[in-house]
Amino acid sequence: MLKLFRREQYLRVDTLGDRYDVVIIGGGGHGLATAYYLAAKFGVTKVAVLERAYIGSGGTGRNTTVLRANYKTPETIAFYRASYQLYATLGQDLDYNMLRSQRGLLWLAHSEPQLRNQRERALQNQQFGVNTVFLDAAQVKATCPELDMTGGGKRPILGAAYHPPGAIIRHDAVAWAYAMAAQRLGVEIHQGIEVTGLDIEGGRCRGVRTNQGPIAAGKVLSAVGGYVTDIANMAGIRLPIVTHPLQAYVTEAYKPVLDRIVASADLHIYVSQSARGEVLIGAEIDPFTSYSTRSTFPFLASCSARAIDLFPFLAKLRILRQWTGLCDMTPDYSPLMGLCEVENFLISSGWGTWGFKAIPASGLAMAELLATGQVPSLIAPFALDRFRRDRAVPERASAGTH
Amino acid sequence: MALMIPCPHCGRRPYGEFWASGELPEGGHGVEADVEADYRRVWLRRNVAGDQRERWFHHAGCRRWLTLTRNTITNAIHDVV
Ligand SMILES: Cc1cc2nc3c(=O)[nH]c(=O)nc-3n(C[C@H](O)[C@H](O)[C@H](O)COP(=O)(O)OP(=O)(O)OC[C@H]3O[C@@H](n4cnc5c(N)ncnc54)[C@H](O)[C@@H]3O)c2cc1C
Ligand SMILES: [Zn+2]
Repeated sequence: MLKLFRREQYLRVDTLGDRYDVVIIGGGGHGLATAYYLAAKFGVTKVAVLERAYIGSGGTGRNTTVLRANYKTPETIAFYRASYQLYATLGQDLDYNMLRSQRGLLWLAHSEPQLRNQRERALQNQQFGVNTVFLDAAQVKATCPELDMTGGGKRPILGAAYHPPGAIIRHDAVAWAYAMAAQRLGVEIHQGIEVTGLDIEGGRCRGVRTNQGPIAAGKVLSAVGGYVTDIANMAGIRLPIVTHPLQAYVTEAYKPVLDRIVASADLHIYVSQSARGEVLIGAEIDPFTSYSTRSTFPFLASCSARAIDLFPFLAKLRILRQWTGLCDMTPDYSPLMGLCEVENFLISSGWGTWGFKAIPASGLAMAELLATGQVPSLIAPFALDRFRRDRAVPERASAGTH
Repeated sequence: MALMIPCPHCGRRPYGEFWASGELPEGGHGVEADVEADYRRVWLRRNVAGDQRERWFHHAGCRRWLTLTRNTITNAIHDVV
């Protein structure tokens, strides 16, 4: 009877080999998507994903699942738009229900400077083919009637950039679906295997060392989220990255009242309601670097005060759980991906607080780079050496919270 | 509990009174003649998992700079000057 409802085992357990064409370190969304596209689009199937805990245990299973493309620079708008489009059909493509739900995303302004910023964002988005419109206060109220337009009597809402494509999706399902689809094509997913070193000879990477012994590899990709500095140290390279915790929390389930995803540029928080009724609240990163995933009370207190200013009904709700993930933050808040000075060793990083929505586009582009050796033009602006060349891609205002 | 920073001038104060300005650069703060050294100092970080020497500014207190050693895994603070 149980079999009717539950698959006994959702991932095949393979025996670890001693040589692969590509070894991917990290079974988060980026590692798994890259593995899937290597097999599905480029016929590279002798691929192993090595995950030290369980797949999706990093940022991929801890994020607040906002999908959107309303960024500021032409390079990032093109990249996130491509990713948004891949996400739109991902459930069908991978044959997995991801509970994707298009909600529309309001980005509120409570001050004159932010009003100008949000108007500029809408115009910039339209220029590059992304649907974002500027709304005045009355239109904001009509779009999201639950909002307290006085901002708790302290921060009146003056207007917003409204991005109708804004969506949420089940994050675990994204990891599981990529993993299962990759496995069906012959990719191996190994959980509980930790990479402890890289084999580098004459500036060229030849494989990895693990807690289960060495594994030879044609190419190695690091996709380890907030732990990228560990792997970079193994490769002997230094990155423009610092690791910050990012926290979020949910309330107990409540009747469905909130259709929209609502973010506030001045209050630095965002709120959405999940399919099962929990109200999800997120904010900015902790203000100092850390590898601690311990959740803190000051975060809860300060976010709740701001969230209640937007939605007074939240004051009645109890908090169900709070959690923390680690973010690999870049100075310009854009991804850091591609080749580096060690041959056959590639990095997918700089995913910070914004990388979940990027998983399909980055996976596909990194697979192309691994398979062909050519850097796809979509990700060329995010190359590791861009700061050396004075080519930062500034996105702080658009990427800072989610 | 908030992380408490032991300010040598003001005592133990919650982190919200401070600005964290990150790890101490190797080889000082000065502008380097060598472009490569400058690039490394401005953009690259050790991002240590473990004890890190770092600078904090007590903006809501004595408004002085402190240098402390913090374990970035546990957030325990060992040493302040
Ligand atoms: C609270 C929170 C909210 C967020 N909200 C959003 C959002 O709304 N929208 C958005 O786009 N992004 C959001 N993000 C960011 C997003 O979660 C991340 O950018 C993204 O998940 C990174 O995916 P990844 O695959 O690079 O890394 P991860 O998912 O972290 O996966 C890395 C994996 O590598 C493994 N690993 C590490 N070291 C080793 C090793 N030595 N050997 C083997 N395996 C190793 C880890 O166990 C982990 O499973 C949020 C993040 C957080 C924390
Ligand atoms: Zn002080």
